[in-house]
Amino acid sequence: MASVEKIAEAAAKGATADRQRAMGLLAKASRAELQAAFDALAEKPVVQPVRGPETGLVMVRGRIGGGGAPFNLGEATVSRASIRLADGTVGHGQALGTDGAKARLSAIFDALFQQPAHRAEVDALLNAIAARVADEDAAKARQTAATRVDFFTMVRGED
Amino acid sequence: MYVAVKGGEAAISNAHRLLADRRRGDRSLPAIGIEQIVAQLGLAVDRVMAEASLYDRSLAALAVRQARGDMIEAIFILRAYRTTLPRFGYSRPVETGAMLVERRVSATYKDLPGGQLLGPTFDYTHRLLDPSLLNDEAVDTPLERDEASEPVMRVSDILAGEGLVEDDGDMPDGHVAGDITREPLEFPMARDLRLQALARGDEGFLLALGYSTQRGYARTHPFVGEVRIGEVEVELDMPELGFAVSLGRVQITECQMIAQFKGSAKNPPQFTRGYGLVFGQSERKAMAMSLVDRALRAEEFGEDIVAPAQDEEFVISHSDNVQATGFVEHLKLPHYVDFQAELDLVRRMRREYEAAQNTDTDLPEAAE
Repeated sequence: MASVEKIAEAAAKGATADRQRAMGLLAKASRAELQAAFDALAEKPVVQPVRGPETGLVMVRGRIGGGGAPFNLGEATVSRASIRLADGTVGHGQALGTDGAKARLSAIFDALFQQPAHRAEVDALLNAIAARVADEDAAKARQTAATRVDFFTMVRGED
Repeated sequence: MYVAVKGGEAAISNAHRLLADRRRGDRSLPAIGIEQIVAQLGLAVDRVMAEASLYDRSLAALAVRQARGDMIEAIFILRAYRTTLPRFGYSRPVETGAMLVERRVSATYKDLPGGQLLGPTFDYTHRLLDPSLLNDEAVDTPLERDEASEPVMRVSDILAGEGLVEDDGDMPDGHVAGDITREPLEFPMARDLRLQALARGDEGFLLALGYSTQRGYARTHPFVGEVRIGEVEVELDMPELGFAVSLGRVQITECQMIAQFKGSAKNPPQFTRGYGLVFGQSERKAMAMSLVDRALRAEEFGEDIVAPAQDEEFVISHSDNVQATGFVEHLKLPHYVDFQAELDLVRRMRREYEAAQNTDTDLPEAAE
């Protein structure tokens, strides 16, 4: 029994991590990316609003000295939306910025992500977002690396 | 009795219409767009975000445009806007150690894990006006270098390995980070509140105070352990889901200032630190903030409080440029009645003065 529970627990953890990753990527998506993916859906889902879209603030925290006690650095705008699909699946979308339409699209894809029938479509979108973000990060890292200082020593004087 | 005087509605309305005209300027020139301000005046946008204490590049650019480039006016507008929005919650603390670094320099170690990454810096430019920017000349794309990315190790961790520097900075157990947007300022302040106030403080004011410590008014003999600029994830706990999700990334600047030693009977001498953390790319502000943070820890270290930069109430009460400009600029608003009272007073004083003068000149004669 115990091992069955453990397996179920591990599966739940895996599912949580998968959804966390999905929601994080949806937050990094542009509205155009989400809109294009929505337009490409073979069957448009019936979507009921649950909350929002609405824009508000999240107080961003830092840590004293970088790793110490938390302190409040300043706020950031955040937009969020929650929707319900016809079968009752609830999706949440949230991202920095004031784009409510993007938050609503994110919520739809978060809900579709939870439906096995749509999982492949959403995974394709998520992989495309992940690849774009990784490319941009890598390009930035290469540009930064080109500004890395290579020190050399000038030998002066005799012997 | 108070008699209200009304008037000026037409003048005010016409003045604002004139302001809109002057803001637009020469109509034969194209209007500047928000995306252009974000992309090409990015550091102005960053300063507005930092001092308005609201991270949103588009809104900050809108504020810059609306304010005709007047930074404090733009900060004021954005700060006012934030009061119209509901608060969704507090993020998890951002992890600056895991930053996607665009720039990181250390003045204390030449060779360190991650290296000296100059990034897009004004340092080492000659500060000569560049005539090529008079026109829209093509700009070279940046060079790239492929290399195995090495983690950009924090300088404080290098020093901490030998125990030569104090810890990051803890608060007592059970301490909840204070929030100056929710509670009125009270002195003395805990360091977390002070850092929040400094993070939104006026760059010029903090720069001048930091400079004053270098010139001997509360000297701390500082070194830049490191300055780093880059993006960090902002994560928010979702109570309805039971886990945290990323909301995206923000760009921040962090400065670890390493200052002179402190030891005690219990602890051997070690370096102390000042900390700066600012929205956007704001290196000068992060450095100034870290100098002032260190100076304000004078009491904690048993140092004599002899200079303005060490005076917490003075520094924190005057660091917010929205408050400062409100109180200074209100002086130009009508004070007709106040001034009338002062006029009456000075006239009476002069009458008394003249009366006394006359008595004085009369006196010697009387004595004769």
